[in-house]
Amino acid sequence: MAEQQIAKTLLSANQLTCIREERILFDELSFEITAGEIVQIEGPNGSGKTSLLRILAGLSRPYAGDVYYQGEDITRNRDEYNDDLLYLGHLAGVKTELTAEENLNFNLRISGYDEFDTRGILSKVNLAGFEEALAGHLSAGQHRRTALARLWHTDCKIWLLDEPFTAIDKKGVEELEHIFLAHAKRGGCVIMTTHQDMGIIGDDILRKISLEYRFV
Amino acid sequence: MKKGISFRQAFFTLLKRDLQIAIRHKGDIFNPLLFFILVVTLFPLGIGPEPQILSRVAPGIIWVAALLASMLSLERLFKADFVDGSLEQMLLSPQPLPLMVLAKVLAHWILTGVPLILIAPLLAVLLHLDGNSYGALMATLALGTPVLSLLGAIGVALTVGLHKGGVLLSLLILPLYIPVLIFATSAIDAAGLNLPYSGHLAIIGAMLVGSLILAPFAIGASLRVSTN
Repeated sequence: MAEQQIAKTLLSANQLTCIREERILFDELSFEITAGEIVQIEGPNGSGKTSLLRILAGLSRPYAGDVYYQGEDITRNRDEYNDDLLYLGHLAGVKTELTAEENLNFNLRISGYDEFDTRGILSKVNLAGFEEALAGHLSAGQHRRTALARLWHTDCKIWLLDEPFTAIDKKGVEELEHIFLAHAKRGGCVIMTTHQDMGIIGDDILRKISLEYRFV
Repeated sequence: MKKGISFRQAFFTLLKRDLQIAIRHKGDIFNPLLFFILVVTLFPLGIGPEPQILSRVAPGIIWVAALLASMLSLERLFKADFVDGSLEQMLLSPQPLPLMVLAKVLAHWILTGVPLILIAPLLAVLLHLDGNSYGALMATLALGTPVLSLLGAIGVALTVGLHKGGVLLSLLILPLYIPVLIFATSAIDAAGLNLPYSGHLAIIGAMLVGSLILAPFAIGASLRVSTN
């Protein structure tokens, strides 16, 4: 048990400052995220939640500050970091011209997996029977589920999820919460933005990072 | 859950996806080709049917039309991926970005460059191109159109985040296209006069090799800047 007590820092932000449209979204923001944590970034619209997630993913460069993955700067060892990172932005990254199955197959292969059962995974996100349907013909929720299906087949430790519950029904949210908890238990971490209240992940487990809307 | 995808497999996965999307979106293939055919067929109507004049301007017309057709189709290269978020996923995938980018450019060339090369000899007949020049025409198009796709992709990657990047894109990449145009048309002219044109081809070939090696890195870096 002793080893498990020593929390391992997966991701740390060091003095991050982000400026958008000449407005400071946050400055000198520092935090550490350890294995097993579920973190919710909260704040009103326009407070910089998505910007923070994009900076953590390495998609945007902060105005100042660095992000470290297991103690190393993510801009230096990008390949290693990307190998352990699953980012789902608020654009789903699902091609409307491809079917749900082709989308998932592509997403998983490009992430490096070569053996998986797309139909099995799709049935877990309630898309059984829609494998052959073009993603463009699916409903908003099903479209989102096509993207979220990757969460059921991944060994990435760091999950960065921007509004994962958008357009997902109540039962779907519960399933997602279960999979977040299981992921945290396996030693991963989940960092997400959401405005929705969660039923299963209580405030005792959930850690919150609050951003405020600033006027300057 | 092992990660066992080789770089080659990742490359072909992306190539296959892009071709599959284009096949379901047929306009993407036919629009540039139609543009190419229209421009070339309109010229004889505009300048008159005299064979001497037409065969003199044929190399220039075919190449300028090919260049514009390629540019017309470029903007789609990363735009759709940028809009639906797949570009972000590509940037964050554990596969090397230059390799992914190269697969996308290759798909673009297969969809726009290859049909153009195949139809060019037919259109050359309409323009009374000199009989000796056909070999040179095919060779310059085969070597030159991939250069257009590769160089153009750098411009597209730089402007993908802009709402109206079209004009800027043309300004950025046209100067880069000019050397290809000059050497290609002079190779065809030289072939028409029964002069050797291997030197011209060698220079276009060098441009191809150079851009094949360097452009993917430039495109990757530009995409990172554009999505920032």
